[in-house]
Amino acid sequence: MLRITGGRVFDPANDIDGEIRDVCIRDGQIVEEVEGDGIRTIDASGMVVFPGGVDVHTHVAGGALNFARAMTPENHRAAAKFTHSPELRAGVGGTTPSTFATGYLYAGLGYTTVNEAAVPVLSARHTHEELRDTPLVDKTCCVLMANNELILDLLEEGETERAKHLLAWHLWAAKGYGVKAVNPGGVTAWKWGKDAKVLSEPVPGYSKVTPAKIISSMAAMVDELGLPHPLHLHCNNLGAPGNIDTTIETMKVLGGHRAHMAHLQFHSYGGDDWDNLRSESVRLAEFFNGQPHLTADAGAILFGDSVTITADGPWQHLLYQLTGRKWGNLDVENETGCGVVPYTYKGTNMVNAVQWAVGLELLLLIDDPWRIYLTTDHPNGACFWRYPEIIHLLMNADFRRECIEKLPEKALERIHLPGIDREYTLSEIAIIISAGPARALGMPQKGHLGVGADADVALYNDDPDRERMFGHPRYLLKGGEVVIEEGDIRKMVDGRESIVRPSFDKDIEEYLRPLFEQYYTMSFENYPVEMERLEGADIRECG
Amino acid sequence: MITLTLKEQPEVPIEAEALSPDILADLGNDEIRALPVFLGKRQLCLEELFEVEGESSEEVEIHGDAGRVKWLGRGMTRGHLKVVGNAGMHLGAFMKGGTIEVSGNASDWIGAEMSGGLIRIGGNAGGQIGAAYRGSLTGMTAGTVVVEGSAGLEVGMRMKRGTIVIKGMAKDFTGLEMKGGTIILGGAELRTGAWMNRGTIISLTPIPLLPTFAYNCSYNPTFLRVYARELADLGVSLPFEESEGSYESYSGDAAVSRKGELLVWQPAG
Repeated sequence: MLRITGGRVFDPANDIDGEIRDVCIRDGQIVEEVEGDGIRTIDASGMVVFPGGVDVHTHVAGGALNFARAMTPENHRAAAKFTHSPELRAGVGGTTPSTFATGYLYAGLGYTTVNEAAVPVLSARHTHEELRDTPLVDKTCCVLMANNELILDLLEEGETERAKHLLAWHLWAAKGYGVKAVNPGGVTAWKWGKDAKVLSEPVPGYSKVTPAKIISSMAAMVDELGLPHPLHLHCNNLGAPGNIDTTIETMKVLGGHRAHMAHLQFHSYGGDDWDNLRSESVRLAEFFNGQPHLTADAGAILFGDSVTITADGPWQHLLYQLTGRKWGNLDVENETGCGVVPYTYKGTNMVNAVQWAVGLELLLLIDDPWRIYLTTDHPNGACFWRYPEIIHLLMNADFRRECIEKLPEKALERIHLPGIDREYTLSEIAIIISAGPARALGMPQKGHLGVGADADVALYNDDPDRERMFGHPRYLLKGGEVVIEEGDIRKMVDGRESIVRPSFDKDIEEYLRPLFEQYYTMSFENYPVEMERLEGADIRECG
Repeated sequence: MITLTLKEQPEVPIEAEALSPDILADLGNDEIRALPVFLGKRQLCLEELFEVEGESSEEVEIHGDAGRVKWLGRGMTRGHLKVVGNAGMHLGAFMKGGTIEVSGNASDWIGAEMSGGLIRIGGNAGGQIGAAYRGSLTGMTAGTVVVEGSAGLEVGMRMKRGTIVIKGMAKDFTGLEMKGGTIILGGAELRTGAWMNRGTIISLTPIPLLPTFAYNCSYNPTFLRVYARELADLGVSLPFEESEGSYESYSGDAAVSRKGELLVWQPAG
C-alpha cells in the first residue's frame, strides 16, 4: 500500500487541475483511501503528479524496426549505452533503441504505455517476442491491414461482410489490439512499382478497389467490430508537397466513422514541389476541429538524426532518391511492405524547417487537446526520448520564438508558428501525453488517477525548465510498484500486453486456408501467433 | 616521457583507449597504473598488463609487441605517441591532433574517421585506413597518414579530406566511395577508386583501372609542385618535373558522379 502526498495532481480525465491531494494505491490500482500498517508514503511536495504517459503511435519492436537497427550501426556507436547492472540489462539508446533500453528510456520520461503502430501479421510473433523484452511499459499493437491482398480481393468482389471477418481473423491471429492502415492501396501498388496517390482511382491490380473504398470500408469494419481503438490511419501521400488535399479528402471519405489520424504533421503540406512547400496546418486544424469523431497525433519533427521506418514503401523509395543515403526495402508477402531510410532533419533546410513548424502548429492550433496527442512517429520525426523538448516548445512561447529566429528566412513566410502565442498548461500536457491517448486507445484503466485506474503514476519536479522536468521524473510507479526513485531506475517490472478478441465467423478459416496455402511461403498452421507467446496478456473481448 | 612496456603478448586483444597522451598527460604514475583496460571482456588495471615508467607527460612510448593492443591514441588531440614495434587495430581512430609513430606494422582501421594529426607507420598497415566505420557517411576529414610499406583493403573508404600516403602496394578498393582528399599510392591492386565521388588518387606505378574511369590527357598538374614540397617534409617524394615524366589523368567513377580524379605517373622515355 502506498500514499503519494503533498503533490499537485494533474488528472484531467477526472477534472483535477493541480490540486494538492493524496493519491492512494493498493494492489496495483488507484484506490480511494489506504488504511492500516505498512503504508509507504511518498512525499511529493514540490512535485506534480501525472498519470503515466501513453504513447499512441511509436515503432519500438518488430521486423521493420529490427531491420532499421541492423542498417544503422553508426547510430548505435553514437548512442547512449546502458551497461549491465543488477537492475538493468545492457543495451543502446539512440534512434532505434534495443528492446530493454526502450523500456528504460520510456520509463525515463514517465511513460508507462506504448502502442507499437505497425505490425504485419507475418512478423507479429517477432514483435511480441520483442515487446516481452521491453520492460516497464504496457503494450499494444496495431496490425497492418489496408494492403492485405486477400482482404482487398474481397473488397473487389463486393464481399464486405466476409472481408470484415477476415480482418477480424487476422487481428486475432496477430494478437493485435487495433487495425492500422498505411497508405491504403499504395503499398500494394508499390509491388507494381507504383503508388496510390489519388483516393478515387483504382489501385493497380484492381478495378473497383480504390484507396477511398479501403479507408471507408476498414473504418466501418473497425466500428462494427466494436474495437476499442478506431482505425489507425496513415493517409496516402505522406510527406508530399500539397498532400493537404488528400488528407482532408481522407477525413471526408471516412463518412462519420471513427479514425485516429497518425502523424498528421507529415500530411499537412501545401505547394506542389519541394521549393514551394508550405504549412497548411491552419486549414487542416480548422477542418479537423469540426470532426469530433477523429483523433490525431502530431508526428512532430525535431532537428537531428533519425531513421525513417514505414510500411509506406513507395514514399521510402522517393526519400532514398532525395537523400542518396541508405535504403532498405522489405516486401511482406501479400500483406504489406516496408522501407527504411536514415534521415537527418536540418534546421538550415527550408523543407525541414517547415516540417518542424507544422508539427508544433498542429499541436497549438487544434483546439481540443483531447484529440491531438504528442508523438514524433518515433523514430521517423525524432526519437521518443526527445518528447521533453517538444513539451518545452509547447509550454514556452518565448523559447519557441527564439527557435523560430534560427530558421531560414524563406521558411518564415511558409509557416504560421510565429503568429501563435498559445502556451500549453500542465493540465493540457497531461492530456496530450497521457489522458488523451489513453482515451483514444480505449483503455479506461490508463491515463488517469481515478479509483480503479492502473497505478501508473509519474512524479516530476515542478521545474520551470520543462525540458529538464519531463526528461527526469523523480518517481515513477508502474502498476503500483515504485520503479524509479529519486530519478534512478530501482526496480524492474514487466509490462503487460493488451490484445483484443474480435468476434468472427469461424468458417472464415476454411475460406482462407486454401488461398493462404496457395499464396504464402509459410504453412497456415504456423501463421497465427499462439497465445503462449504472450505472457499474461490482457484480453479484451469485442462484439 | 611516459614509457609503457607490454609484459607479454596476450592471447586475446587488449582494448586500451586510455593509452592516449590526452589522458596520460595529467596523471601521476599511480593513476596511470590504475587506468582501466580490457583484456577480452575482463576489465583490468593498466599495470597488470604493462610496466609503467614516468608520469605527467604528453610524450608516450609503448614497447613490446602491441600488435594486439587496440584503440591506441583513440581520439587524441595533442602530444606524441610512439609505438616501438607493432600496433593493433583502430590506432588513432577519431584522432584530432598530435602525432603517432609506429616503427613496426599496424593493423586495420588506423586513423578511421580522424579529423586531424599525423600517423606514421614504419612497416605495413592493414585495411580501412582513414575510413568511415561501417554505416558512417564519412571517413577522415583532415590529417595525414603515411605508411612506408603496404596497406590492406578499402584504404580511405569514404574519406572527405586529408592525405593518405601508401609507399608500397595497397590492396583492392582503395578510395572506395571517396568523397574528397588525396591518396598517394606506390601501386594498387584491383578496383581502385570504385564509386569515388570526388577527391584525388595518385599512383606512382601503373595500376589496373576500372572500365568506369575515362582517360583525359597526360600532363603535369601545377598543384603537384606545391603539394610535393609539402610532402617532402614528411619524407614522401612525389615526382612532378616534366623532364622526369607526366601523369595520365582519368576521371571516374562513372558509375556515380565521374568527378573523381585518378593520376597515374608515367616516367619519361
